[in-house]
Amino acid sequence: MDLLNALVALTNFVLIPAMTYGSQLALGALGVTMVYGILRFSNFAHGDTMAFGTMIVILFTWLFQSMGISLGPLPTALLAIPFGIAGTSLLLLGTDRVVYRFYRAQKAKPVIVVMVSLGVMFIYNGLTRFILGTNEQRFADGERFIIRAREFKEMTGLKEGLTFKTTQGLTIVTAIVVVIALFWFLNKTRTGKSMRAFSDNEDLALLSGINPERVVMVTWIIVAGLVTIAGTLYGLDKSYKPFTYFQLLLPIFAAAIVGGLGSPIGAIAGGFVIAFSEVAVTYAWKKVLVYALPESLEPESLVQLLATEYKFAVSFMILVIVLLVRPTGIFKGKSV
Amino acid sequence: MTQSLRTILLFALVAVLIIGTGILQGPNLALVILNMGLVSAIMALGVNLQWGIAGLFNVGIMGFVALGGLAVVLTSMPPVAEAWAAGGVRAWAGILLGVFTVFGSAMVYKRTRKGWLVGLILLVGFVAYNWVRDPAVSAIEAVDPAATGYLGGLGLPVVLAWPVGGLLAAGAAWVIGKTALGLRSDYLAIATLGISEIVIAVIKNEDWLSRGVKNVNGLPRPVPNEIDLQNDPGFVEAAAGYGLDPTLASTLYVKTGYALMFAVVLVILLVLSQLALKSPWGRMMRAIRDNETSARAMGKDVTFRHLQVFILGSAICGIAGAMMTTLDGLFAPTAYQPLRYTFLIWVMVIVGGSGNNLGAVLGGFLIWFLWVQVETVGPDIMVFLTSGLAEGSALKTHLMDSVAHMRLLTMGVILLLVLRFSPRGLLPEK
Repeated sequence: MDLLNALVALTNFVLIPAMTYGSQLALGALGVTMVYGILRFSNFAHGDTMAFGTMIVILFTWLFQSMGISLGPLPTALLAIPFGIAGTSLLLLGTDRVVYRFYRAQKAKPVIVVMVSLGVMFIYNGLTRFILGTNEQRFADGERFIIRAREFKEMTGLKEGLTFKTTQGLTIVTAIVVVIALFWFLNKTRTGKSMRAFSDNEDLALLSGINPERVVMVTWIIVAGLVTIAGTLYGLDKSYKPFTYFQLLLPIFAAAIVGGLGSPIGAIAGGFVIAFSEVAVTYAWKKVLVYALPESLEPESLVQLLATEYKFAVSFMILVIVLLVRPTGIFKGKSV
Repeated sequence: MTQSLRTILLFALVAVLIIGTGILQGPNLALVILNMGLVSAIMALGVNLQWGIAGLFNVGIMGFVALGGLAVVLTSMPPVAEAWAAGGVRAWAGILLGVFTVFGSAMVYKRTRKGWLVGLILLVGFVAYNWVRDPAVSAIEAVDPAATGYLGGLGLPVVLAWPVGGLLAAGAAWVIGKTALGLRSDYLAIATLGISEIVIAVIKNEDWLSRGVKNVNGLPRPVPNEIDLQNDPGFVEAAAGYGLDPTLASTLYVKTGYALMFAVVLVILLVLSQLALKSPWGRMMRAIRDNETSARAMGKDVTFRHLQVFILGSAICGIAGAMMTTLDGLFAPTAYQPLRYTFLIWVMVIVGGSGNNLGAVLGGFLIWFLWVQVETVGPDIMVFLTSGLAEGSALKTHLMDSVAHMRLLTMGVILLLVLRFSPRGLLPEK
């Protein structure tokens, strides 16, 4: 038995990746939940909006790299994020003006707007592929590691190494900063309060003189910020491929629904629930168990519950269980 | 213009488009478009049953189509005796054990409502399942992995695979319908999206079942092989009688054979759907769609009816999927892309006219025609648009390379335009 090494292995292979992935999902799910709360539809174009925002960030990153601008140890992409947010905001506001506003004025059924968002998804998807293609792109630069496995071993004298990538650290820190800023905005500022009022009760909000178009505009800008940041962090941490972003739709929606659609806190909780279960179920626990258990109990198999390819099944199972047991999610979301 | 005149004119337009393709771009392409158009029309019919008539939002069509394709492999490929001997029975026993565990735990939960008992059953079942299944699977996959490495099918005629594909899809639809129907419409959408991704993941990774990403090719065909026809003196003579080159004649003969078989299936399903739509059952379904609460008040079992129509629509998609794989002669799990097999079908239904079976069929043909033609005509348009740019400039090369992605954009624009300006589609519901 060697609990210390078990703990290090656990941190290295489960806790850190799950924290990172959870932060990325939480940011994505916050976007879905905001659109759902204010605009009252499930936005199927979300994954492709994420791909679009990240694409702009990548293009600006390449521009900065060619100009020789860098952030030293940090990835250059951080400098490009504001431009990405601006570009995505323009795209989303333009889409709202041309497409969604018509249905809002008509008070169309939510499911019709969902269908419209399918069309928007097609267009964003085409745009991204048209500009950047379908291939995998790498745009991470700067210092790759905060802690390297070898240095960690030398430092502590343990058998098990611990790696902590810059992108992982960056993701967690950024997610915390963004979430704090968002909650401050929603709870303390006038605009944020009017958004919450609008989400809770549209009629009362309109009666008290809140301008709905302004609320919608601010929502789209916040969503642009959230998706661009989430997409860039995911792309830095793993890699950028438009189709992967489309597939992220499922865990992101699962996170938002598990937490309770329309509830920002729920989106964050949901993101981590999904991420931790996905990593825990698809990780081969043998390494940790060999350290943690007495020798006689050591497992022979890999102790992997599901192959990594089935990670979608995990978000799906959790989704189904939550829907059956508590249809409005962990933090009572709204149900239309 | 009356509805029936409009229907006739629009179908005539489709006929003109396909025949025009035959004259301008060769009869082969026209038949390719026609064949997949027929398959697409059947898929659109299935989706129309769910959305147009019952108002169920299913975004997992791809999964049901892929299950249909799997049915072709499982039904028609010859069994691999060596692999069966290596562990076929044990592998299926493992699957059965897994299924019993899941259903058993669901039953136990219903009867006792004890979470810990369900957890225990699942855990024990899962360990037993792995213990039974894993050695069998490795043994099967080790049997000549380059050529087989899977159990093969039942060696039955390939046409039987079509109803089997429908049954397989219906089974999957029953499971998902039991869990997700009765919840909100968006939840059903997410659930179906998830299940279709899972189906594809299973097909890609369970090599012992259908060779995974190694593909199964050389599937049996319901029509003769082109090469055999070319070597058949009788056929060559007959082709010469029509003044046709034997190679061209054989491809046309085979494709026409498929087209006739597909047309028969489409007509049968279309007639059944029309009868269903006009029957008391169809009126009840539309009543449920238009006002669930009052339908419930009239004593209709909404959840059961939703489940029923969801299974029927998915089964139709499964049949179409099996037909498509038969046409391709190849089962390639990586080819299943949601944009192509789920969302494109949705565009067909919406453009054609949801709630109208003929509209769905029309949309199937029309959108499929556009989908193919945007690819063939797109590069020409791009050559024209970029003619002002210098030859070999980076922008021009990039634009020419990306022209393939134009079709996604085109489909998106078409969908948005129809939803905005003609939300009831080309052939609206009466």
